[in-house]
Amino acid sequence: MNAAGFPILSLVTWLPLLGCAIIMFVRGDEEVVASNARWTALWTSLVVLAISVVLWARFDRAEAGFQFIENSVWLPQWGIAYKMGVDGISVLFVLLATLLTPICILASWETIRMRVREYMIAFLVLETMMVGMFSAMDFVVFYMFFEGVLIPMYLIIGIWGGPRRVYAAFKFFLYTLAGSVLMLLALLAMWYVAGTTDIPTLMHTQFAPAMQTWMFLAFFASFAVKVPMWPVHTWLPDAHVEAPTAGSVILAGVLLKMGAYGFLRFSVPMLPIASAHFAPYIFGLSVVAVIYTSLVALAQTDMKKLIAYSSVAHMGVVTIGIFTINAQGVSGALFQMLSHGIVSAALFLCVGVVYDRVHTREIARYGGLADRMPVYALTFLLFTMASIGLPGTAGFVGEFLVLIGAYEVNFWLALLGSLGMILGAAYMLYLYSRVVFGRITRDDLKHILDLSPRELAIFAPLVVVTLWMGIYPSSFTSFWDASVRAMVEHQQAAMASATRLAEVLR
Amino acid sequence: MLYSVAIFAPLAGSVIAGLLGRAIGERAAQAVTILCMLLAAACGVTAFVQLVYGDAEPGVVSLGTWIEAGSFHVDWALRYDTLAAVMVAMVTSVATLIHIYSVGYMGHEPRNTTWRFFSYLSLFTFAMLMLVTADNLVQLFFGWEGVGLASYLLIGYWYDRPSACAAAIKAFVVNRIGDLGFALGIALIYVTFGSVEFPVIFGSVGQHVNDTYHLLGAEYRSLEVIGILLFIGAMGKSAQIGLHVWLPDAMEGPTPVSALIHAATMVTAGVFMMARMSPIVEQAPDALAFVTFIGATTAFFAATVGCVQNDIKRVIAYSTCSQLGYMFVAAGVGAYQASVFHLLTHAFFKALLFLGAGSVIHAMSDEQDMRRMGGLWKMIPLTYAMFWIGSLSLGGVFPFAGYFSKDAIIEAAWASHTLIGHYGFWCTIIAAFLTAFYSWRLIIMTFHGKPRADHRTMEHVHESPAAMTVPLILLAVGAVFAGWWFRDQLVGEDWREFWGDSIVVAANNHVLTDMEHVPGWVSALPSVVGLAGIALAYLFYMFMPALPVRLAATFGGVYRFLLNKWYFDELYNFLFVRPAFALARGLWHVGDSRIIDGIPNGVAAMTADGSAQIVKIQTGSIATYAFAMLIGLVLLVGIFLLFR
Repeated sequence: MNAAGFPILSLVTWLPLLGCAIIMFVRGDEEVVASNARWTALWTSLVVLAISVVLWARFDRAEAGFQFIENSVWLPQWGIAYKMGVDGISVLFVLLATLLTPICILASWETIRMRVREYMIAFLVLETMMVGMFSAMDFVVFYMFFEGVLIPMYLIIGIWGGPRRVYAAFKFFLYTLAGSVLMLLALLAMWYVAGTTDIPTLMHTQFAPAMQTWMFLAFFASFAVKVPMWPVHTWLPDAHVEAPTAGSVILAGVLLKMGAYGFLRFSVPMLPIASAHFAPYIFGLSVVAVIYTSLVALAQTDMKKLIAYSSVAHMGVVTIGIFTINAQGVSGALFQMLSHGIVSAALFLCVGVVYDRVHTREIARYGGLADRMPVYALTFLLFTMASIGLPGTAGFVGEFLVLIGAYEVNFWLALLGSLGMILGAAYMLYLYSRVVFGRITRDDLKHILDLSPRELAIFAPLVVVTLWMGIYPSSFTSFWDASVRAMVEHQQAAMASATRLAEVLR
Repeated sequence: MLYSVAIFAPLAGSVIAGLLGRAIGERAAQAVTILCMLLAAACGVTAFVQLVYGDAEPGVVSLGTWIEAGSFHVDWALRYDTLAAVMVAMVTSVATLIHIYSVGYMGHEPRNTTWRFFSYLSLFTFAMLMLVTADNLVQLFFGWEGVGLASYLLIGYWYDRPSACAAAIKAFVVNRIGDLGFALGIALIYVTFGSVEFPVIFGSVGQHVNDTYHLLGAEYRSLEVIGILLFIGAMGKSAQIGLHVWLPDAMEGPTPVSALIHAATMVTAGVFMMARMSPIVEQAPDALAFVTFIGATTAFFAATVGCVQNDIKRVIAYSTCSQLGYMFVAAGVGAYQASVFHLLTHAFFKALLFLGAGSVIHAMSDEQDMRRMGGLWKMIPLTYAMFWIGSLSLGGVFPFAGYFSKDAIIEAAWASHTLIGHYGFWCTIIAAFLTAFYSWRLIIMTFHGKPRADHRTMEHVHESPAAMTVPLILLAVGAVFAGWWFRDQLVGEDWREFWGDSIVVAANNHVLTDMEHVPGWVSALPSVVGLAGIALAYLFYMFMPALPVRLAATFGGVYRFLLNKWYFDELYNFLFVRPAFALARGLWHVGDSRIIDGIPNGVAAMTADGSAQIVKIQTGSIATYAFAMLIGLVLLVGIFLLFR
């Protein structure tokens, strides 16, 4: 049995579905159903969060491998099992998902008035899929969750979204699905060679270099779209703009991490030679992403679109970090993923706050909010600074570690990849000063209200985590230090043996 | 312990005032921040005295782990050595005076939101203290960026003014350009030394003196590259030519902010960093030559611009720029002690001048243009006297503080006996002349002659309240005596005893000894040109006011070039800002919308069109279907037979 004493990962994964079942059985008129659905969803997600905290407490930080393992027979004749477990790389993402879900439900409390029951069910199903994906130890199980995430998200954008929601939902679905098909092929190929889909086994299976190349490209097609990397990023701004606030929060907070997680879980450890081979190309795409999307963000007139483009730039830093394949780079990438999960989620919530009041996301419609909304101004400032990467906030540590990791690879990679430091400051401060600073000119802003207690409750945990990650980041990095070290050593060993092999063959 | 209190008391004040300011009210917030600052100043000065004149030992106060990743390790820690302690004592005491002054200065603010202002001031002080007490480069970077944040907030304090918002963004973004260089420098230090902690780096400089770094197809010594990268950071923060453009605009904030930025915090950070990194940059002669070149050029450039500005704060802002150039000249020739010495004296007289300017502006109902002042000296005699003291010190007149520190720098530049050192010498000599000139131009235009303001403003002119004048007087004491008191300890024979290990110079660096033996004309020249500058200012503005007007008309090109600050802003707008926005719009509308989105959307449209065409084949007529099948069959059989 695992360290928790009970099958904790399955419980955290499947418990939200129990909430769904309860919501489905509620009867009554629409108001009653809506209210019940909200409360049930909130309590379910809070219980899930409470259980998942055990993972934080009981996780053995010195252990590099998987923990809390559950293994059940599923399809033994095919070498496929229902196997769950987390290691240092995935455990905090489970917590990220369980933290953001109740926040999303609270954020939708008043704004979602239509089909509340279905909305809450969609979010709970989404939570199941996200947690399941981060804790799967079997490739087939992973693949099912990985694809399963698409369905509730597609519905959330397509049903509760803005005016162009159908276009955005289709674009989101088709872009991300297109890559996944290729990943399925790679999965089959891996199974064909190794005879199993068990992830730890696959990590220690050596695939032939030529095969690694093809499999890497197949994985890349899937993960690059999810990250998203330039030039397959354009689904993201559209999806964000049309999605309801909570949808954007979960999209930016957790779903964007799936691609990078895929690189870390599959591409780098299973295909070490191809990863090293393709790293320069990925650096190229990432640097373009950082500079290009930062510039595009500078020109945006829609708040959500601006933050969406900034997400692409920040994820560009993550992909640089992952493919440096050294301790600082990978650690920085993981940290940046987590901090971006918190900070960009909070920024979308900040947009949601004013959108709920004024019903527009156009930056030019705002200005002078600091007069009427001082608490909001302070909160927004904190997350703006975190997004810029101010030391002492979450955003700094990841960016800085990636910078160091990148420098170990190449000066120009470090320089160009860090241009986001300057451009990020420019577009975020430009946004902040246009929205919060200035003089109030519009009548509808003259009586705008500051944060409500519910909104304060939403932001409070995010504020705490942002500062905590900035001031005492080692409480997070210690989770994955051992795993990252093992991964880097594994990569170096694989490269060394590949060189030896090449010498022998010559 | 005392030391930690000195650093964290401002943070406590800032947090209390910032979060509870609305609840506890303006007065209470001011009281809390000022009490915290007084406490910090008391502890800071005591810690300094104990270390330098008492028996306290240098050390490190460790506060816990900060960042850990693989072999990368950084702690939160407070370094306690002479360099840090002297900075802590100066920052806390000057900042305390500025806090007290602000109570009077911000008294006219209509809205009851000055708690915000005091919270930012204390935050600014805290960030600077973290910077100077850092025991590793990353914590130094924390303070470095922290002063950036605080300056952003303070410059944009009057956030309903578009110019203030623009200046705030400009300050942050321009600083970030330098910060990028600094961050890269830290990364290279980690790659070279395997650590970013000062004790480790400084202890192992000797082993890495000959390390090389490959860049752009050439080999460079790692330490040279590090020196240049760090200095790029210093250029941003300390407003050296090229990255100086934010500093003059930074006066959009309330005047006490300018005093804080220009005197005690922020701009001195770059100079401090060069002194702190002396064990490394001392081994990088080419980087130091670059430092001298930039410093000397800035000293000259900013002084020329200062001579023609009409905004009282802008003149003083350019004078800061110029004086920072002096400090970098000193650092560049290896006289780090002299640069810190000038930093200290400058903190006193520049805070005095800025707060004095604030007192003038306060008296003139927020007028800042010297062309609309004049004739004030009898109405605000105390402020007038303070301006004299500040200017005498800035101009380097014996025996005021600036005389000692400025002469030390000029003599050190001469004593370095290098070509670049002599470039520094002549630039600083010319700048000394110009400094005296623009300082007295300011005094005469502001205080003498006929009043040029309108009647109503002149009726309101009044001497400032005690909350403002008492800090002025205290700063004036520093501006008079600091040089005389510190000269021998900081740059004289006792310097080794005073600095201990906190500033390291190479074995072959004898600048401080050599500067005692420069020829007589070298030590006399600064005073001579200074007095000449004063005389010229009197001639131009007191006795023959028509002359400067005629000169400006005759040399219109030169005058406009200087008035427009060598056209740096225009150049940057043309080269960077506008192209960036144009490129941004282009990438968005063409790159993203047309090309990247155009392809999949085009494919989708083609598929839809294609299927719409194919639909037409489905006529429902069995004869057509049978015919199509027949053609297909023929084709298949044909292919089969042909390629069998």
